[in-house]
Amino acid sequence: MWTTFLKNKTALIGGVIALVILFVALLAPWLSPLDPLEQDSSLRLTWSSSKHWMGTDDFGRDVLSRIIWGSRISLIIGSASVLLGMTFGTLLGMIAGYYRGKVESLIMRTIDVFLCFPDLILAIAVTAALGANLLNLILTIGIVMIPRFARLSHGIVLTLKESEYVVAAQAIGASVPRILLRHIFPNIFGELLVAGTLWVGEAIRLEANLAFIGLGVQPPTPTWGNMTREGVDVLINAPWISILAGLSILITILSFNMLGDGIRDITDPKLRGA
Amino acid sequence: MRNLLLEVKNLKTYFYTDEGIARAVDGMDFLIYRGETLGMIGESGCGKSVSALSILRLIDSPPGRIVEGEILFEGEDLLKKSTSEIRKIRGNSISMIFQEPMTSLNPVYTIGNQIMESIIWHQNLNKEKAREKAIRILDLVGIPSPEKRIDEYPHQLSGGMRQRAMIAIALSCEPKLLIADEPTTALDVTIQAQILGLIKKIKEEIGMAVMMITHDLGVIAEVANDVVVAYSGKAVEYADVKTIFKHPKHPYTQALYDSIPRLTDTKKRRLEVISGIVPNPLDFPSGCRFHPRCKFAKSFCKEEEPQLEEVNSSHKVRCFIYNQEKSRHF
Amino acid sequence: MFQYAVRRILQSIPILLVVLTLVFVVVRILPGDPAVAFLGDYASKESVQTLREKMGLNIPLWLQYFRFLGDLCKGNLGKSITGYPVASQVFKALPYTLELTLSAISIGYLLGIPLGISAAVRRNSLIDYFNRVFSLLGLSIPAFYLGILLMFLFSIKFKLFPVVGGGDLSSLTSNLRHLFLPALSLGLIMTAYVTRMTRSSLLNILREDYVRTARSKGITERVVLFKHALRNALIPIVALGGVYAIVLIGSSVMTEIVFSRPGLGSLMVGAIKQRDYTTLQSVMVIYSVIVVILNLLTDLVYGFIDPRIQYK
Repeated sequence: MWTTFLKNKTALIGGVIALVILFVALLAPWLSPLDPLEQDSSLRLTWSSSKHWMGTDDFGRDVLSRIIWGSRISLIIGSASVLLGMTFGTLLGMIAGYYRGKVESLIMRTIDVFLCFPDLILAIAVTAALGANLLNLILTIGIVMIPRFARLSHGIVLTLKESEYVVAAQAIGASVPRILLRHIFPNIFGELLVAGTLWVGEAIRLEANLAFIGLGVQPPTPTWGNMTREGVDVLINAPWISILAGLSILITILSFNMLGDGIRDITDPKLRGA
Repeated sequence: MRNLLLEVKNLKTYFYTDEGIARAVDGMDFLIYRGETLGMIGESGCGKSVSALSILRLIDSPPGRIVEGEILFEGEDLLKKSTSEIRKIRGNSISMIFQEPMTSLNPVYTIGNQIMESIIWHQNLNKEKAREKAIRILDLVGIPSPEKRIDEYPHQLSGGMRQRAMIAIALSCEPKLLIADEPTTALDVTIQAQILGLIKKIKEEIGMAVMMITHDLGVIAEVANDVVVAYSGKAVEYADVKTIFKHPKHPYTQALYDSIPRLTDTKKRRLEVISGIVPNPLDFPSGCRFHPRCKFAKSFCKEEEPQLEEVNSSHKVRCFIYNQEKSRHF
Repeated sequence: MFQYAVRRILQSIPILLVVLTLVFVVVRILPGDPAVAFLGDYASKESVQTLREKMGLNIPLWLQYFRFLGDLCKGNLGKSITGYPVASQVFKALPYTLELTLSAISIGYLLGIPLGISAAVRRNSLIDYFNRVFSLLGLSIPAFYLGILLMFLFSIKFKLFPVVGGGDLSSLTSNLRHLFLPALSLGLIMTAYVTRMTRSSLLNILREDYVRTARSKGITERVVLFKHALRNALIPIVALGGVYAIVLIGSSVMTEIVFSRPGLGSLMVGAIKQRDYTTLQSVMVIYSVIVVILNLLTDLVYGFIDPRIQYK
């Protein structure tokens, strides 16, 4: 399976970039050349120099350092929220798909209603309720992610439930949690992995969107969304701030999309040899 | 007096995949006479469907390609014709019906639309006349109330009806040759008999030749005049139907015959199973492709490939047992 | 088809009801007292109570719910913090959002479907390759970033379009000049989704047995593609159209913010920041109605293309 992965260029490039970003996020304190919060009013809005490779922002802060530190926020929120959504969403979906009947109706209808709303609008509403800090953002985006995982796992469980080995397990009297854990879950795993990877990108996008509106982690903490927004105010004189911060978001989301696509190409039997 | 309609000579169709070259058809030879039925038999994966698709040049290329051979239809080599010339033949002088009637019919158009499409395309009739003709053909294939059903969609018909609708499409321009690729495999036995009977009836009415591809010896016995036995992309035996059943010469043909139950069997007779599995077109055995599964295999069977040779007039076999030089070893 | 349409329209009503209920619940969950938000933190307790009475916040929740529904039917959306009736604000903002969303969806389909077809038909060629790269970028770029890039290039550097604002709706030139870049930025993203979906759907369909049957009838490849394959390929594209439209509406909020376009998105974000819950609620109601209508339209088109649906 690793050789197929390595042969797939998209997955490879995506994976490498994602790893690099992860690396940057983990080692931010050491990689960042300067203190991201340190202001220098004599050097406001300057372009690239030997001290500031990506220039400075409106407060004289080093853009490069802020971008490096910003990666932490994006990755933390992105992955944690997806894990949250995946855990609860998959659980809900599996329960609904396995038990059918009224339980299924209740759960899935509620999910459907939530899916009627655009993610961003839901996220905005929930953020307004919970407040905009790191932990609550994880919670918010996690909640927004629950319905899609629920729907995904529900669909898979429905098809799997009819498959022969599940029926066989039921016939020998295996208990429900055992069936769910040992028979159904391993088969969902592949699809969950693909979806999870792709949706980390979505989570990061949501976080960036919220930050851009001003509902993200609050300044002066550097987040890519914050930076882009601050950059818009000075777009005419100092376009690099917005452009570079936004580019970071783009590259990150892109890498997860490529990685997710690549994993899907590998694990989907229909596409092998296509 | 038999009239030759189609002659396939040394047809080779390969598929170029990431895992290597799949030689799906690697030396297929047979003859089809006007108004007669050729049965092609073999297990799945023997290259039967690919042979049929090659005749009409319906092979997806990439990854497939017809690399060698001649397909002479009324004397002209189909493989040398341009795409537009082949299109004039498809659905017109040569038509094809497929195994799965549900997926072989377009779900979003009425069966009338799909039948009339051929008629309008090849015969240039206007819509009304095409519709009248379509209704007549639906009647011919035994669909009741054709003037109503013509406006129905495939999902509204039963399996047997859908197959009849497909036959109606194939017949719409009175083809000289109908290629039927396992038309009854997906249907239950009673419907199977009806469909075979229908094909027989139409064949007699319009003097159509039929190429019947199947893995079922019973179907061969029922409809074929001549039989070609396919194995690993090659024709391994070719004879008329009586000879194939009474005097099968190739070990594979004999094995096929031995593996079906017969009315004349005593309780003691065991059904023979052909050991092993059909070889992978990416990786054929060396020498004679049947040798790993053959009861009679000798050492040279592993090294050399036998050619298709005439045993007597119009009976050809591809096996060293009947080869002049090597036969004494058996 | 007619029966199906009627059935579907009637089904939308309970759906709308449920969605509105969700809006009601979500807004009620938000912390903070709307009356306090309106009057400011230093208002006296009495004035807050009087306002709460007036806003109908002291009656039990279920009664509030019915009042909410009743008010909606009458078109009464309450008063915003600014003192103006919400309804007028919402209806002033609505055309800007509708214009933007509809243009973006149109661009998406008009560009996306042909691009997707060309990518599928010339699979693995250079055209296909560029299409795929373009789609991937379009799917990965945040809507606001694309907006900023376009704004920087065309409004600031080349000075072709106004930088911000929605323009004067009554003047066609002003309207279009302010609409172009926002619609383009959203539209390109929509194109990326549609192209990808079209390509993959068409590739799947071209593998189907009935396409082979069509070819075996001797019709030209063009007819096979456009008559037999495309209509079937469009089915999932249309079905997903509803989903994409919902995503688009979300992204439109970002685009409106970037271009300072006075649509529903700007209104909503402003409302949240000012804790103007009445406005927020109403904007969410309008969004819900738009979404339900879009879903309905999608289903109707779907039923039109696929004859199998009507018989279910």
